Amino acid sequence: MSVRVQTASFDPGAELNALHAAQLGIGAVVGFVGYVRDYNDGQDVAGMYLEHYPGMTEKALAKIVTEAEARWPLLQVEVLHRVGALTPGEPIVFVGTASAHRQAAFAACDFIMDYLKTRAPFWKREDTAEGARWVEGRDSDQQAAARWDQ
Amino acid sequence: MIRLQYFARYREALGTDGEQLDWQDGFATLAALRDHLLARGGAWAVLAERNLMCARNQELCGLDEPLEDGDEVAFFPTVTGG
Repeated sequence: MSVRVQTASFDPGAELNALHAAQLGIGAVVGFVGYVRDYNDGQDVAGMYLEHYPGMTEKALAKIVTEAEARWPLLQVEVLHRVGALTPGEPIVFVGTASAHRQAAFAACDFIMDYLKTRAPFWKREDTAEGARWVEGRDSDQQAAARWDQ
Repeated sequence: MIRLQYFARYREALGTDGEQLDWQDGFATLAALRDHLLARGGAWAVLAERNLMCARNQELCGLDEPLEDGDEVAFFPTVTGG
């Protein structure tokens, strides 16, 4: 497991390749990349600041990965999340899962993102023409996370 | 003593990122601690929001979570990472 919280940008392709390079028993790698958009909730977004809870953030992400590893036979998992100032087009988050066969990698990647969105202590503040605004949580994210409990 | 931390919109509304409170026997749960803060009035009403989230010793928990002297507690709005 690799969990990283950093201000620096990253190369999603390099992260994906590194996951596979870990071992030859890996037959499937799934990667999710989240990017900063230039538009949200009816307004242009010029930039974004990601606040987090140092100390808890890393623990919360590790706990989510541990739960994914208990549910699926994963051979490698990486979660990388950026914090600080970001501009549209930049990658925010990378979740990569590796397994022998595709089903585990697909499901685990989906699960980790759903849990990350609802349980990891990050908060987005967007810069718009009308000033800065905090992004509010979405019910759809809560519903997406809840389906793993069923 | 309780070490309190506030994040994001709550941090801005309260004008502080945290504080330390002397331990009181009445702090049986996070809910009791929150009631103590709500009693300050004014901006502290933000902690009454329905979507408030909280953590004890850097683990998500509910407001019914028991509290002990020396704990670290955080109150924050719904998380929006990813």
